[in-house]
Amino acid sequence: MSNPDSGHSGHKYERAVERENERELARGRVVLDAAGIQRATTRIAHEILERDADVSDLVIVAIVRGGEPVAKLVCAQLEALAKHAVPLGALDITLYRDDVVARGVRPMPRPTRMPFSVDGKRVVLVDDVMFTGRTIRAAMDAVLDFGRPAAIQVATLVDRGHRELPIKVDFVGKNIPTARAERVVLRKRADGELEVVIV
Amino acid sequence: MRHLLGIESMSRDEIERVLETSEAMLEISQREIKRVPTLRGRTVINVFLESSTRTRVSFEIAAKRLSADAINVTRAGSSLSKAETLADMARNLAAMSADVLVVRDSVAGVPHMLAERVRVPVVNAGDGCHEHPTQALLDAFTLRQSLGSLEGRVIAIVGDISHSRVARSDIYCFTKLGAEVRVAAPPTMMPAGIEALGVKPCFSMQEALPGADVVVMLRIQQERLAGALFPSVREYAGTFGLNARTLALAKPDAIVLHPGPINRGVEIASDIADAEPSRILDQVTNGVAVRMAVLYLLTGGAS
Repeated sequence: MSNPDSGHSGHKYERAVERENERELARGRVVLDAAGIQRATTRIAHEILERDADVSDLVIVAIVRGGEPVAKLVCAQLEALAKHAVPLGALDITLYRDDVVARGVRPMPRPTRMPFSVDGKRVVLVDDVMFTGRTIRAAMDAVLDFGRPAAIQVATLVDRGHRELPIKVDFVGKNIPTARAERVVLRKRADGELEVVIV
Repeated sequence: MRHLLGIESMSRDEIERVLETSEAMLEISQREIKRVPTLRGRTVINVFLESSTRTRVSFEIAAKRLSADAINVTRAGSSLSKAETLADMARNLAAMSADVLVVRDSVAGVPHMLAERVRVPVVNAGDGCHEHPTQALLDAFTLRQSLGSLEGRVIAIVGDISHSRVARSDIYCFTKLGAEVRVAAPPTMMPAGIEALGVKPCFSMQEALPGADVVVMLRIQQERLAGALFPSVREYAGTFGLNARTLALAKPDAIVLHPGPINRGVEIASDIADAEPSRILDQVTNGVAVRMAVLYLLTGGAS
């Protein structure tokens, strides 16, 4: 820590990067607005119930941080439709990322909250944007460290393609074809509304 | 982050980065399978040339919960007893592709000296009367759990300020995080010029504790110091010991820390050490999380 320029130089730098990122996203093209997100998450909830209407062993696990707002919406829809409580957890996969384990990059890990057992449960992982599949690979490893689920399924608000691992999505809100270099991001606007933008 | 040698050379941002990373690490120890794959294939060597149970075990557990291989070297079984120099031993350990050296020594400055001689990140696990940075970080982490922020909080550190590396690291850490720090000791245990570190020296509990949000009690090395720096253990306990009577001088909901091992009935009464205001066992739990964060951040290299 005596050499602050050897990688990370603390919070100030990160906050500056975040502000710059916000400005860039504000200029992006909106591909899914708040109403579209509401429809997409409703569809995901219906598809989850079509696959299996029994929610007694269903748990929703959001992937931190992008998956959290999506998972909240899906979970609320599920509870309204099934009239049954659906547990919601949040999984941070930073410490399982292949670039962290193999190459040593050091992003900030966030707390994980898994206030239930996954043993014998149907676990639906929820993320905002499905891209290379590496996040889901890491998330599956993480879930398996918490127990032995009966099944793991994947729901994503947006699938943008470009898979690098043999991973399929079970429930998709919207397929959006993209170029590899583009960024697709779920953001919260200043007025609190969610939207998905392409930059 | 290249090394963790002391809090003195860290910025507030760097301290907060470690504390924030520790939040995520804490949860891992509560899982049934207490292990993440992050440091798979990495090797952490704990070079403990001064005796220690808690800190050594804490670093070893921290390394293992991150899936690193942890190896312990102690003075007794090491080639230092064959008169190999410390620097040569460290170079040899580095040549075996160690990824982190964690160093504890009774001589101040040893971790710094080694950091200049090997190309491996070095963590100071306590060097003489100088610094014990991971203890200060886990103390700050424990206090933030109860208090949120340390900004504007009043913290009294009581005990042998002259010989305590914990006191020194705590002073740097707490003042950088915005706390008001008082140190309390008999004159024989108060270093001259301690005000230069931005703390207020006090010579009684009555002076140090009123208004304090936190009381940090330091271990009295009674086997070494009784008769030398204070007349008797009993007299020390009566004047600078923490008990129900002296704790009542601090704020009603004041928190008590102690780096351990505690001397029951000397610097701290049993009923205080085991009761509600004490966070002594939380400190031990949090120590693993903070050391996991330090190992995680130091093994990043120049990413």
